[in-house]
Amino acid sequence: MNPVSDLGAVGYILFWGLTALAAGVFLFRGYQLFRLISLGRRSEKFGHLVKRAFTALGHVIIQKCQFKNITRKDRGGVSHLFIAWGFLFFVTYYFFFIIIASGFGISDVMEKTKIYGYYTWVMDFVAPFIVIGTLWAIIRRYIVKPARLKGQQTAEALIILITVLIHPITHVGKIATQIAAGHPPAGLGILTPALSTAVSHLYTNAATIAKWHSFWFWSHWVFVLVVLGMIAYTRYLHIIAGALNDLLRRTPPKGTPERIDLNDPSSFGVDRVDNFAWKQLLDSVSCVVCGYCQEICPAAITGKKLNPRLVIRDIKTNMLKNGPFITKKQAPVLPLIGNDQEGSVPEEAIWACTTCGGCMEVCPVYIEHAWEIIDMRRHLVQMQAKFPDELLNLFENTEQRSNPWGIAPADRAKWASGIETKPFEAGKTEYLFYVGCAGAFDARNRHISLAIARILDAAGISWGILGKDELCCGDSLRRLGNEYVFDRIAKDNIKMFQDRGVKKIITECPHCFHTLKNDYHQYGADWEVIHHAEFIRGLIKEKRLKLNGNGDLGKVLIHDSCYLGRHNGIYEAPREVLAQAINHAPTEMKRSLNRSFCCGAGGGHMWMEENVGKRINHERVEEALKEDPRTICVCCPYCMTMFEDGIKDLKAGEKVQVLDLAEIVAQALQ
Amino acid sequence: MLVIACVKQVPDTTQVKIDPDTGTLIREGVPFIANPYDTNALEESLRLKDKYGFRAVVISMGPPNTVVTLRKALALGTDRAVLLSDRVYGGADTLATSFVLAEAIKRLAQEEEVAMVICGKQTIDGDTAQVGPGIATRLNYSQLTLVDQILNVDLKAKKVKVRRKLEGRHEIVEAPLPAMIAVVREINRPRYPTVPMRLKSEITDVSIWDNKFMNLPEELVGLKGSPTLVRKIFSPQRAKGEILGDGANMPKEAAHLLIDTLIQKDILAV
Repeated sequence: MNPVSDLGAVGYILFWGLTALAAGVFLFRGYQLFRLISLGRRSEKFGHLVKRAFTALGHVIIQKCQFKNITRKDRGGVSHLFIAWGFLFFVTYYFFFIIIASGFGISDVMEKTKIYGYYTWVMDFVAPFIVIGTLWAIIRRYIVKPARLKGQQTAEALIILITVLIHPITHVGKIATQIAAGHPPAGLGILTPALSTAVSHLYTNAATIAKWHSFWFWSHWVFVLVVLGMIAYTRYLHIIAGALNDLLRRTPPKGTPERIDLNDPSSFGVDRVDNFAWKQLLDSVSCVVCGYCQEICPAAITGKKLNPRLVIRDIKTNMLKNGPFITKKQAPVLPLIGNDQEGSVPEEAIWACTTCGGCMEVCPVYIEHAWEIIDMRRHLVQMQAKFPDELLNLFENTEQRSNPWGIAPADRAKWASGIETKPFEAGKTEYLFYVGCAGAFDARNRHISLAIARILDAAGISWGILGKDELCCGDSLRRLGNEYVFDRIAKDNIKMFQDRGVKKIITECPHCFHTLKNDYHQYGADWEVIHHAEFIRGLIKEKRLKLNGNGDLGKVLIHDSCYLGRHNGIYEAPREVLAQAINHAPTEMKRSLNRSFCCGAGGGHMWMEENVGKRINHERVEEALKEDPRTICVCCPYCMTMFEDGIKDLKAGEKVQVLDLAEIVAQALQ
Repeated sequence: MLVIACVKQVPDTTQVKIDPDTGTLIREGVPFIANPYDTNALEESLRLKDKYGFRAVVISMGPPNTVVTLRKALALGTDRAVLLSDRVYGGADTLATSFVLAEAIKRLAQEEEVAMVICGKQTIDGDTAQVGPGIATRLNYSQLTLVDQILNVDLKAKKVKVRRKLEGRHEIVEAPLPAMIAVVREINRPRYPTVPMRLKSEITDVSIWDNKFMNLPEELVGLKGSPTLVRKIFSPQRAKGEILGDGANMPKEAAHLLIDTLIQKDILAV
């Protein structure tokens, strides 16, 4: 049966006319968005397009976007699975059995094929799932109203969900009337044959049934075309933009912002939407407003002005508003950085990010919120010298004395004054132990440096230090937007390491680890960098370290550092080492592994005041205390400081101690 | 009109060690920084530039590597940098230094009228606080020291009104221009350079005036022009303190004992 050919030439004109109209609307808007996104500056190069395409397609088909977010607490993603998988079947159906079959008048031939029969049967099975998924989504969004969807009860969302709902219904109507009219597809459908019986009971007249079939067919196709047009104008866009964003996403290293060209004055930072890289603008149109990012963001949770979702929304709004002016070489009308108006990112929000990477970890469409924020910080610091007051000292100290505190560089090796250390010398020492500023200068963290030294000696490792020649790695400066000074620090460090023949580096701090390994990789550095947690795991595996597995540590809770875990995927090493050291697996916090919660010190926040909302470290320490631990194990000097301060503030110092993994291992040495 | 900031490049004293044998500073490997008080003087000159449209000039006397500090001043927005550098200027005390600086200011004044000279209260290496007043005296400028706020500059009446920070009180003073203003650190918070300004400062010329250009009598500059002789530099030995009385249990008695002892040692007067 073909309701198109039934109408003769008029049918074809109507079918193709409507289809062309919808495709035209879709392509027109698509071109508009393409032009707007092309306003962005060039992005980093990326290769392996074919491999990427397969990966992205695979992600869409298996719906990886949802699987990374379905948790015990939030099962919203399941409804999306129903809809998205159903949709994939429907799209295939539209292409073969409507556009080709009906559009070219060959449906009578195609509908006799076995494939059509089987496919219709599959669709019979799929359609109810879409209905269930959509009703579930409507109930969640408009009745249950989870926090993630707060304020998202918009008309746009409702219209989208209703159009989703109409698809399977009109489809089923179409097939049921087709069967009733005596053209059953070769197959074993359950739903549509049952409904067709009902149709046959209602209408005995074949012509009436044919009319109904025609009605369902046309209304179905019109809704499909309406959705095609809507894709380009509404949040439906994520179907295409999200997949594209996956396809074109930046290659690892994760957790590292793009390196900028300091010879190009237009790239010192972003204060106009067209200064973003085009990939960042594509990010903004990919956003599907799911709110997963705001649910994991430590700043948003503790009442800061930052909400990663709104930053992305503002970039998009700004692009849509200013784009036409910028295209005409006119000045933008809406500032990108500034006020509370939609389309403008407040400065306070820009400074509130700890670069913990939570938002990027959970984003189903691979948006990179943090680096867009850092690009705006780069503008504020580098073009306007505008930043929170307390950062002036950090910047000056790091630039002049290569450590955040401004302590004399000559004191860098003081931590080791009570032990024997060798200076690093290529050929004589194998590993460089890069202590880092916290490990060298901070009284508490010096103990960790000593513990690591003890472990290295116990395992018979040949290691040396740079002593007073060691420089800051520049992590905080880079993440605070001070790329110019970071660039100099990075080049100084790389030159020193190369001059001294450094090949293998052990770090105490995950921030140094990440910077030396990933940030410096952008400068061509290719040495081996190992964080002490991984190094110790290796030593235990090689049986170079023997741990007695006791120790009076009570219940031990483990905290994941963002720059070890989320940004570098190192979750197992500290757990394995800890299990060896204390003879049992450590207790997990409620938010752990890749959903861990920042201590509050990343992204330069170690050096910033926190006056708005709840303190991030209080939030984390409270969470830890709920597990009633005796010991909290950290792997990062910043986490150490934040936890100790938080515990002091919450007056829990008598019950709980904070130890670094290295300290626990050093205590357990046989 | 000009506003001139005087800046000195000093060794980073937190990193300076004294050679216990010779009693002299170990300068090797010690980085140089802008004298912290002078960074506030510089900042104030830039604020006056922003507010009153003065042209900001920075001057310094020192070895050729002082250019680094002057470039930083340029990166912050100073319009012109002048370095007074010549071997014969070496070893100068405050008398000789203020002489050279004052002569340089005279030369600048020939080109454009000087409204104010801003100095830091003192340097962290010499700690004398004499160069600013020395310049004021030599040029016969109004001398305003310990300034923590410039309240108003009246260009018509050629007057400046400042607040001086004295022990336990403030003093508001008005003086005719031109004036030498020595500032305390509380006066402002220095700005941070933007990257475009840093890059620009790297290609901006710093005028280097040697004595051939300045043409000053050699007996008045450098070591020869300095009556001060350094005999010895040393860290004073600090006698270990003693605990008097039993403050925890008998605080009143202990306090009396402390007061009596301080009177005996002539630290407190009755």
